[in-house]
Amino acid sequence: MSRQSNRTTDSKKMNSELFTLTYGALVTQLCKDYENDEEVNKQLDKMGYNIGVRLIEDFLARSSIGRCQDFRETADVIAKVAFKMYLGITPSVTNWSPAGDEFSLMLENNPLVDFVELPDNHSTLIYSNLLCGVLRGALEMVQMAVDVRFVQDTLRGDSVTEIRMKFIKRIEENLPAGDE
Amino acid sequence: MADEAPFQFLHNEVIHYIYKSAENGETENGKNITKLENMGFRVGQGLIERLTKDTARFKDELDIMKFICKDFWTCVFKKQIDNLRTNHQGIYVLQDNKFRLLSQLSAGKQYLEHAPKYLAFTCGLVRGALSNLGVKSIVTAEVSVMPACKFQVMIQKM
Repeated sequence: MSRQSNRTTDSKKMNSELFTLTYGALVTQLCKDYENDEEVNKQLDKMGYNIGVRLIEDFLARSSIGRCQDFRETADVIAKVAFKMYLGITPSVTNWSPAGDEFSLMLENNPLVDFVELPDNHSTLIYSNLLCGVLRGALEMVQMAVDVRFVQDTLRGDSVTEIRMKFIKRIEENLPAGDE
Repeated sequence: MADEAPFQFLHNEVIHYIYKSAENGETENGKNITKLENMGFRVGQGLIERLTKDTARFKDELDIMKFICKDFWTCVFKKQIDNLRTNHQGIYVLQDNKFRLLSQLSAGKQYLEHAPKYLAFTCGLVRGALSNLGVKSIVTAEVSVMPACKFQVMIQKM
């Protein structure tokens, strides 16, 4: 029967749609609960942060990647390993600042926005802001304070989706002596 | 996407958010479950639309329930329902012996009081899926020992 035939090939795709739709339901709920988009953005970032601080453990355990030597290596790991593993996409890393402490992730097809259209009255909503929180939280757990934000978003009419990441400082204090 | 970790983390975060936003009290608790259920409902509707795109028409109610137990469950939780029972009068019991969203939580009675939070979304998921297949229902869940759980589907005759 046709019902059996296309099941196996579809399951990965379907699982990503489960994630996309669940995320959509969450954003919808947040928009209902909060009056303005700013608050929603903030909340999404906060939730992303909570996810990030946990997700990093899953990531490190499964990818067996060690400490990064510099920010360029960090950028590569994020784009080529982490995004690939969790969202199935590989953003390109571009626009390095001369000092090498700032770069952009260009997302060609952001799976979070697969079935999404922003209504006019949500023009300042950063729909995928969860991602910023995730990146920030995860990096914080490996002693890097990083500023993450969306500078362009296809949902709001830009031609690409761009996440800008800026290295702030290395977090030193909480390392126990001799712990690497 | 090759991975289910994002969904699980997101699901946890959704529960956390809903419960924190309405610092509870008994009546509020029911409302929280409803909110989670409604979110699941919408997601279930969307998923079933995508999932049944190329399938043949269903013969009857039982056929639909089998589809939920096999294909739908496999797509969402990477396994099939372990046991499906029915009284042939519109009540179905779906038993999952190792429910994915509980299996990380506990294997026994510890944290049992928190289990309903982790099931509400899925109840909605099933209800939403059935609803888009033209079956109106009430879905509830019960757990006696984690991570096993039973979903009871009561079909509403229209």
